[in-house]
Amino acid sequence: MKIRLIDIAHARSGDKGDTGNVGVIARKQEYYPLLAKYLTVERVKKHFNGIALGKVERFEIPNLWAINFLLHEALGGGGTKSLKNDAQGKTLSSAMLRMELDIDEKL
Amino acid sequence: MRSRITLAPKAGWDSLSITTTYCMKDKIRIASGQGFWGDLQNAPYDQVTKGPIDYIMMDFLAEVTMSILQKQKKRNPETGYARDLVHMIEHILPICLEKGIRIISNGGGVNPKGCRDAIFSWAHKKGIRNLKIGTVFGDDILGSLDEFSKRGIKLNNMDTGESLDAVRNKVMSANVYFGAWPIVDALNQGAQIVITGRTTDTGLTLAPMVHEFGWKEDDWDRIAAGTVAGHILECGGQASGGNFSADWRSVPDLARIGFPIAEAFPNGEVIITKHENTGGLVSRQTVTEQLMYEIGNPANYITPDCVADFTTIHLEDIGPNRVRMFGVRGKPATDSYKVSMSYLDGYTAIGTLTYAWPDALEKAKAADEILRRRLSDLGLNFDEIRSEFMGYNSCHGPLSVMPNETNEVVLRIGVRGHDHKAVERFGMELAPLILTGPPAVTGFAGGRPKPSEVVAYWPALIPKTAVQPIVEVVEV
Repeated sequence: MKIRLIDIAHARSGDKGDTGNVGVIARKQEYYPLLAKYLTVERVKKHFNGIALGKVERFEIPNLWAINFLLHEALGGGGTKSLKNDAQGKTLSSAMLRMELDIDEKL
Repeated sequence: MRSRITLAPKAGWDSLSITTTYCMKDKIRIASGQGFWGDLQNAPYDQVTKGPIDYIMMDFLAEVTMSILQKQKKRNPETGYARDLVHMIEHILPICLEKGIRIISNGGGVNPKGCRDAIFSWAHKKGIRNLKIGTVFGDDILGSLDEFSKRGIKLNNMDTGESLDAVRNKVMSANVYFGAWPIVDALNQGAQIVITGRTTDTGLTLAPMVHEFGWKEDDWDRIAAGTVAGHILECGGQASGGNFSADWRSVPDLARIGFPIAEAFPNGEVIITKHENTGGLVSRQTVTEQLMYEIGNPANYITPDCVADFTTIHLEDIGPNRVRMFGVRGKPATDSYKVSMSYLDGYTAIGTLTYAWPDALEKAKAADEILRRRLSDLGLNFDEIRSEFMGYNSCHGPLSVMPNETNEVVLRIGVRGHDHKAVERFGMELAPLILTGPPAVTGFAGGRPKPSEVVAYWPALIPKTAVQPIVEVVEV
């Protein structure tokens, strides 16, 4: 079935230089395995095509039902160098939550 | 403990008299009073008046702040710290002294002693006596860069490996991130206020726990627990219902948001809460969102005090606006301090124009093309020209969905380059679009976009043995 990530997760994002981080958190503990299974580096990299120009790193934090992604070269140079309206990647979190997932499981 | 220097101030100092022994408390309350320089002005006052607390910590420093303060200090040696902090302390100090609340802040910027003196001179006027203020400095290494170079301390860029020589002549500020221990020193000496330079945000919260509970430097799990608590408090209301993505509508009374408070226990457990009768929300979800903010590898959250492992944090809702944090594990601190240097790297200018219905987006895009053609015809060269269409794609870029019909769109266009004249000329080319471009355009307030300096960062590592935090506690 097709689901929207925003229905099973919430998120917060921030910056470190030109790297944005997006922490995706399952809304319920039982949703965490779906994040772990479907939120792969490949899927996230494809989703942020044209935004994250560098590599994507992924870290699981099962105790917090969360996965942290680092999106390299995503902030137009970062800091005062960036010409972006969102130079600090504050809205990368909601950009992540736009993702749609095609899952085998039933919710 | 690592070696550090404690300077004995001149008058009225008796190092024996301040070796006070504290009865270990079974709990302390540390309140967050400021999440960044420019945060809610009344938050510190609310924290010290709306319920019981023992400490208030206020974080003021972002990377860009240090270079701004360094510039100020160059013009006037008495400045270089956050004036806001002095005003806030003036507001809350009488209450803090009455209730025994101690204040910790890194708002000293590049001149903690100047900040201290400003507080002292205000206190003197108000007739406040026997006030003890601790300062932590030694983090400003701008004047020592050549000496480090001679000693073979390289300060290469820790991300790219590049040699500092590439930007050495342009460096405007250079600061070492110290941790909690110098603050602990000042608290141990009885300081009621501790003003630091570049100290980690987390150190401001960890320090009172170490001071009160006598945690040892290698008690990595407890040090990590205090560090994680610091990460939760360091952005103020962002842990208590602000910027909450899970369900922002469910957060009550954001107008009167209560900033977060950490109730810390000697065993390293912490309860995150806020004062009763304040707005906002503290829940497992709001705290988890803050834990995700600006982290890298969660298993290695590196501070000068420890390496905290976020994959060991346990959170539990234990009541309304009460979240228990336990089980945090830590690993030994590294041998290095992080150094942040700033240098000038060209100029930017950014301007906006607003296009109204009909065909708002199409007209904004046409205006963008006309402007780019004119810049190109003028032979101006930039490192980057960036156009965004606010109302359509300035936040989510290529993920944005094309709207059917927008009422209005803001063209936001910026340039970056090293040629000041070219960047300045760009600013002159924007306004003419109103009379020489597509119709129904407005929003050109504030005049021509002016070139502003790009402050770039050079992160590096320095051996802990190469720099010494200096702690000075003075009573007036």
